[in-house]
Amino acid sequence: MTSLFRENDLWGPLDPSEEAGYGEDRPKRKGFFTDTSICIGCKACEVACKEWNDVPADHFDMLGSSYDNSHSLNANQWRHVAFIEQPKRLGDQESGLRQSVDLGMPVMAPSSPPEEQPPDGAEKPDFRWLMSSDVCKHCTHAACLDVCPTGSLFRSEFGTVVVQDDICNGCGYCVPACPYGVIERRKGPDGAKNVGIAQKCTLCYDRLEAGQTPACAQACPTQSIQFGDVEELRERANTRVAQLNDAGVMDARLYGNDPDDGVGGAGAFFLLLDEPEVYGFPPDPVVTTRDLPHMFRRASAAAAVMLAGAAVSFLGRRR
Amino acid sequence: MSQEQTRTGDTPEYAVTRDGMVGVAAETDAVVGSAGGRRKKGRRRKGAEQSMVPEADFTSYYGRPIVKPSPWEADIPAYLFAGGLAAGSSLIAAGADLTGRPALRRTGRLAAVGALGFSMAALVHDLGTPSRFANMLRTAKLTSPMSVGTWILSMYGPFAGAAAGAEVVSLLPGRYRSAGPLPLASALGRPAGLMAALFAPPVAAYTAVLLSDTATPSWHGAYKELPFVFVGSASAAAAGLGMIAAPTHETGPVRRMAAAGALLELGMEQRMEKSMGVTAEPLHHGKAGRLMRMAKALTAVGAAGTLLAGRSRAVAAASGAALMLGSACTRFGVFEAGQQSARDPKYTVVPQRERLERQGPVRYHQ
Repeated sequence: MTSLFRENDLWGPLDPSEEAGYGEDRPKRKGFFTDTSICIGCKACEVACKEWNDVPADHFDMLGSSYDNSHSLNANQWRHVAFIEQPKRLGDQESGLRQSVDLGMPVMAPSSPPEEQPPDGAEKPDFRWLMSSDVCKHCTHAACLDVCPTGSLFRSEFGTVVVQDDICNGCGYCVPACPYGVIERRKGPDGAKNVGIAQKCTLCYDRLEAGQTPACAQACPTQSIQFGDVEELRERANTRVAQLNDAGVMDARLYGNDPDDGVGGAGAFFLLLDEPEVYGFPPDPVVTTRDLPHMFRRASAAAAVMLAGAAVSFLGRRR
Repeated sequence: MSQEQTRTGDTPEYAVTRDGMVGVAAETDAVVGSAGGRRKKGRRRKGAEQSMVPEADFTSYYGRPIVKPSPWEADIPAYLFAGGLAAGSSLIAAGADLTGRPALRRTGRLAAVGALGFSMAALVHDLGTPSRFANMLRTAKLTSPMSVGTWILSMYGPFAGAAAGAEVVSLLPGRYRSAGPLPLASALGRPAGLMAALFAPPVAAYTAVLLSDTATPSWHGAYKELPFVFVGSASAAAAGLGMIAAPTHETGPVRRMAAAGALLELGMEQRMEKSMGVTAEPLHHGKAGRLMRMAKALTAVGAAGTLLAGRSRAVAAASGAALMLGSACTRFGVFEAGQQSARDPKYTVVPQRERLERQGPVRYHQ
């Protein structure tokens, strides 16, 4: 079955819109570089995305996870700001936190015995607050697009991955295929459009076609979300991570920028200050279709075994 | 625009305008974390030693899932079972047809079309927008096992239907059998049945690829052995149905097929669990664990009963029922294990971390 797929179809570096058949006059591949080191957690991106794309609000839960009450990327959340509180320091920065002073107020929990209080002048606790605006990665090799049986998911001329709402029949196959857990079938709320249909970030396809910046990047007040040509964004990201590393912020690393990685490089990639899984990213994702030729070979062998087994069973004389 | 350009100058090259931000804001090169603090650079922090030790546990974002479980419900494992049952039944019907076992042929052809009809209903019911089920046919995509499967079923279905049609005609009273096109339908029985048998094994096997070609840890992790588990399960279930429905003097071949299918299913399932690493865990816990234990017990009991049944119709039927139930439990168990593995970030993070430890990041050009 391997020969049915070309060398680079299923993974490895390539220009996805060229592979999809767009001609020489196609625009350059567009994407996001999300620099989480300057994200301030304002959620303007979440709001702008919902407003522009008419993404319904469907829950108002207090989740008890720092300032994150929007939970995750899902059918009704195409940008999601993660908040992580850690007892670490950010580079050389001082947290400004102090040990709490016991005011003698009644509390629910048993108060700690006085001898556990550190003496004056003790080290102040370290603290850092990581914030990161997550989004669809618009993978070079997008599993959601690969497995879509209707052709509803397609590669745009900008190299992005977009759902055609009027084609999708809600089979749901893209949902478990995505290695990042981005795309989801919309379950509600009642009366919302496209219920029963797969939904995710379009990288504001309509705005791109009009030469505009995607809503989230437009709204980001610190330009933590940077929009542009993927090629140029990759260079910008390399410069930025070197700058932070030089300044002693050794935690800074890029995620999703390498065209050689398991998804052929993401169209939306990130500068992170901790391991990917801290932010809810998979540490080293690989597009599932990389293994598809092998899967088909195994299934063909199994089918042959089944046919042979049935034939042999009937060949005996015995009744 | 380079970082240098934006850093200084009397007039900022960025501004907030009606059209949003213009230029790149100076904040983009704010060197966060570079200043402040009382500590000297390079001083080792408390806990720094701990981070050097490989973590026994794993990290996650508030324990939330990374990948999403499929939105599929009981329809899909029921389809996996029914599709396998249809495929195996078509194979049995063709074998019975060629070796002169009319009762076995009849039950095989009718079971195939019944199970196929149930499968189709389950597949359509599971869609988010069932009225658009025909959109599956607007394209053919090799990278989508669901598209490939749709086309396999589209080829298999009409032949299975025609074979069953011939069977129905043969059940009619004699004087109706020669009416209109019915003689043609009868004549098509054998060729249609043989074509259905040719397309049947892919029907049973592709469903393993359907599950494995996802980021669902316990499905993808099983891709090497799952097709064999599924064809074994399909053969055992269909043979089990044959043992229930056909008289014992015709069921010699299906008893051999039942035992072989059950052994293949049990053996490959064992091998699969070994090769899956940590993603095999969900097969042993909770609902999936109960289903898999029931599947193994029922399949083993059914296989033993098949070999010991002799001429006893009752033992044969009971064994057949155990094999069918065992097959259904396998499909529901594998399905549930996958769903469970997607809901727990452990099964996404730990295998990827283990691979990173072993061989570094996955890179196309090593």
